[in-house]
Amino acid sequence: MPNIQRLKNISGTAAIVGVAESDSLGKVPDRSPLALHAEAALNALDDAGLQLSDVDGMFTAGWSTLDVAEYLGIEPRFTDSTSVGGSSFVMHVAHAVAAIAAGYCEVALITHGQSGRSDRAPIPRNPGAPMTQYEYPYGIIGPPVSYAMACRRYMHEYGEDRTRQALAEIAVSTRKWANLNPRAYFHDRPLSFDEYHDSRWVAWPFHLVDCCLVTDAGAAIVVTTAERARDCRKGAVTVLGAGEGHDHSMISQMPDLTRAFGRNTGPQALEMAGVSHADLDLAMIYDSFTYTVLVTLENLGFCAAGEGPDFVADQVTAPGGSFPLNTSGGGLSYTHPGMYGIFTVVEAVRQLRGETGDRQIDNCDLALAHGTGGLLSSTGTLVLGSS
Amino acid sequence: MPEENNRPAPIPQPESDYYWEQAKAGKLVFQKCGACGSVQFFPRVLCTSCNSTDLEWIESAGKGSLFTFSIVHQPPHPGFRNAVPYITAIVELDEGVKMPSQLIGIDPEPEQIEIGMRLELAFEELNDSISLPVFRPVG
Ligand SMILES: [Zn+2]
Repeated sequence: MPNIQRLKNISGTAAIVGVAESDSLGKVPDRSPLALHAEAALNALDDAGLQLSDVDGMFTAGWSTLDVAEYLGIEPRFTDSTSVGGSSFVMHVAHAVAAIAAGYCEVALITHGQSGRSDRAPIPRNPGAPMTQYEYPYGIIGPPVSYAMACRRYMHEYGEDRTRQALAEIAVSTRKWANLNPRAYFHDRPLSFDEYHDSRWVAWPFHLVDCCLVTDAGAAIVVTTAERARDCRKGAVTVLGAGEGHDHSMISQMPDLTRAFGRNTGPQALEMAGVSHADLDLAMIYDSFTYTVLVTLENLGFCAAGEGPDFVADQVTAPGGSFPLNTSGGGLSYTHPGMYGIFTVVEAVRQLRGETGDRQIDNCDLALAHGTGGLLSSTGTLVLGSS
Repeated sequence: MPEENNRPAPIPQPESDYYWEQAKAGKLVFQKCGACGSVQFFPRVLCTSCNSTDLEWIESAGKGSLFTFSIVHQPPHPGFRNAVPYITAIVELDEGVKMPSQLIGIDPEPEQIEIGMRLELAFEELNDSISLPVFRPVG
């Protein structure tokens, strides 16, 4: 089991000093996935006031760090290709903190790049793996079908109508945030409750607007020691708490379809940081689907199991509401190239620095960023604080 | 027809050869642990409850209940373009294991499908070597 006392010793010892997206987001057919990694890496290092030559720790998912470091022309002394879905990059931040604390590296670069929309050569799955043997032949392929089956079970346990209303609340409030973010895919497209309910079915009970976007995008994060962070270009964002883990790969193996691994990683991250839910000013929660947000709020302990629909009622998660959630517009309405988790951290850092313009929330000093990967399989949670 | 336009077919592995052989013969089998009595799906070389490697094959009586489902409207793979809408399911066999499957013999309408509804085993021939265990309403 994680040793909370030892984790507390490294809480606050490292900071995020650079975050960035690729130059373009959305439909970017003129950039390969690795080009998106590189573009975002240069932008994040510039944000930090550092150079590629300063980087001695390399972290990525989807691709191997071998490919990314070679493309960038660097020779890392710490390398981590942990790839457990879209949560991976959230975990990489925690791994970077640990590696820096242990002395393996001093400047960690975490990169992401994915052409979910325009990829000319998507990476195939091993056809002998359990998922491809036992689920794919039935058409249980990809996230929408799997998450839809989890959501249908939630509806059975906690009520279909109130669940439906909660999904609509999340879709609509997230779109309102996207309408405030010039880089959001749906920046210019409002979403009404009527439009939500009229949206076509992808995998019942999911409408199209219950599902995240499929875009091309890259992002990167730079982490270094708290000392070195003071010399960087912008205000450092301290990594205060973290947790990670997973409990299945295939959806049919998930121990409880209404309880993902955030039930462990949320409490761990908060305890390591020495803070409680009420202390948080912002929650960035991976929204692969509206249901992912609903169930994650419960799993992380913001409310009890089955109370998520009451928690998100009346647009409290929208701009001006009492619980700012996914202020970038999220995977639902901002961008989602496939493994979106890194973007929860990018937005949390920008909010903590106070640089998000029209969507800036007041007095943002403490934020939670939470990634979910695979088929509700893996989660990584971070608690981040302004300096 | 290019291969990616076909429905994906499993490539059996050493620990699952028997499962797929039996499915081809119209039987659904799963593993039971000789040490602790736990049952498990999918086949492995160890019991995930007690880590014993003393596993035996049990044939299911082919009855179970619907644990959850989805009605798929947008094909997630080119091989399902002509299959939508179809019903994916997680089925809880009376012997205690849960497995992924599809429902047949029922309209793909939410009102027609009840979680907990009783189901019985059927088979769908995918190709010359693979038959898939699927389920239909009892009755
Ligand atoms: Zn056993």
